[in-house]
Amino acid sequence: MEYGIFTVGDVTTDPTTGITPTEHDRIKATVAIAKKAEEIGLDVFATGEHHNPPFGAPANPPVLLANIAAQTERIKLSTSTTLITTNDPVRIAEDYAYLQHLADGRMDLMLGRGNTGPVYPWFGKDIREGLPLAVENYALLHQLWREENVDWQGKFRTPLQGFTSTPRPLDGTPPFVWHGSIRSPEIAEQAAYYGDGFFSNHIFWPASHTARMIALYRARFEHYGHGKAEDAIVGLGGQVYMARNSQDAVREFRPYFDVAPVYGHGPSLEDFMEQTPLTVGSPEQVVERTLSFREYAGNYSRQLFLVDHAGLPLDKVLGQLDLLGEVVAELRKHDTGTEPKPVVRKAVLEGAES
Amino acid sequence: MTDVRRIVVITAGLSDPSSTRLLADLLRDATREALSVREVPAEVEVVELRPLAHALTDHLLTGFASGDLAEAQRKVAEADAVIAVTPVFSASYSGLFKTFFDVLEQGALDGTPVLVAATAGTARHSLVLEHALRPLFSYLHAVVVPTGVFAATEDFGSRSELDRRIARAAGELADLVASREASDRGDQFDRDLAAMGDFENLLRG
Repeated sequence: MEYGIFTVGDVTTDPTTGITPTEHDRIKATVAIAKKAEEIGLDVFATGEHHNPPFGAPANPPVLLANIAAQTERIKLSTSTTLITTNDPVRIAEDYAYLQHLADGRMDLMLGRGNTGPVYPWFGKDIREGLPLAVENYALLHQLWREENVDWQGKFRTPLQGFTSTPRPLDGTPPFVWHGSIRSPEIAEQAAYYGDGFFSNHIFWPASHTARMIALYRARFEHYGHGKAEDAIVGLGGQVYMARNSQDAVREFRPYFDVAPVYGHGPSLEDFMEQTPLTVGSPEQVVERTLSFREYAGNYSRQLFLVDHAGLPLDKVLGQLDLLGEVVAELRKHDTGTEPKPVVRKAVLEGAES
Repeated sequence: MTDVRRIVVITAGLSDPSSTRLLADLLRDATREALSVREVPAEVEVVELRPLAHALTDHLLTGFASGDLAEAQRKVAEADAVIAVTPVFSASYSGLFKTFFDVLEQGALDGTPVLVAATAGTARHSLVLEHALRPLFSYLHAVVVPTGVFAATEDFGSRSELDRRIARAAGELADLVASREASDRGDQFDRDLAAMGDFENLLRG
């Protein structure tokens, strides 16, 4: 079982001080958060990809992740998510393989379609083609990491003749891929088809919905012959704010929650906690809540927490990570050791050539 | 054996008592009667939007439905017919009424027979059925019955004309329901899944 954090790199005003970090502050803070994540014993740090304010997340995550790789030793670096729709799959193949070499294999990536409409036209794409883009682009990416001389023709990019993406994946093993989706069954199907991981963002939706997406992915993973449904590679998000006792956590986080761009002005903190995985409370409560995810997700492989949300300043986020370190140490005691590992499946679908 | 049809009446009246709710109840009773005459077993249920107002605003902000709103959305998506009744606010349906349909899952009303109805202080607003409600439900791919029911305050004083329109509209709705199989439409996830097919189909584009 892997535990980690994921960020969308939002530049948000701290509502308690009125201070808005500069882009430079936010970018450097992200690096500090990733280093701290390794220090407290987390397994994974994942960054989003963004092309618009108010985000300080990289347009090309390998730029950030390579920098972090150079300053860390153990933590696995990932994305949340890499846009498979608007990026050229050739550039994804090359940039992430390069990162894989620099990080000595300590990386994987999560593909998503992106939910910011204008990003599509900015990169010459049509949002109405979001799903077909995700399907075609990943089919090419999958092939580029597995074959050296690729002849390819599709609907969305210029054809390739005898093309070799460089560098080749480290030790001939393509990076592990997660497919992230909140609500599209097609993406769960895609993950199952390739025997890749499926990550449910989880954080803004009721558990009943997440449970359905995961059940679909597991059933289809087995259908496509990658193993039993319980061996499928499932990841989940979750978001937390902690203090030693739960009253302090609620008191401290409420002013952030109430006006946060993604949470604010809607349901109360208490209602939102009931309706989504958001847990604001003591470390013990976070442990208990996180363990309850297994009731509907089954034996899963990766848990990522969102901790740098709602405009929390860097010092508070680092304090959260100290507590998260304790939470994860406790969670590890409940690991069964039977959690499926995110390893690249053999190419079952291309005639089992390896 | 005929399946029991489920008819949902959506009413956006805000006061209590509300003339919009009153019209909704009259349409409910008339539809029950019209289906009974056609020997179509049916359950007709009224859903008030007023108690869902906070949940509807929350949905706009969070992107998901909670509690009773999720239940109301499910009822509408599974309904064999919908009767939609709104007060006229500023020459159109009320914001609360529109919000309910704004956050309804895409495809939830595909092919569903819908009877549109509205209330207002004066008969000057009667065309709201044609310029606001009918286009809304056409956009949502519902099948809107030809007769809509508009009731101005004065209509509640001389009921015979209003009753005739209600009976006519309810009869048209009942004919549509009677001519169809009972709805077995799931939610959007089920519909997406059914439409998706095998991954090989997606790969072929």
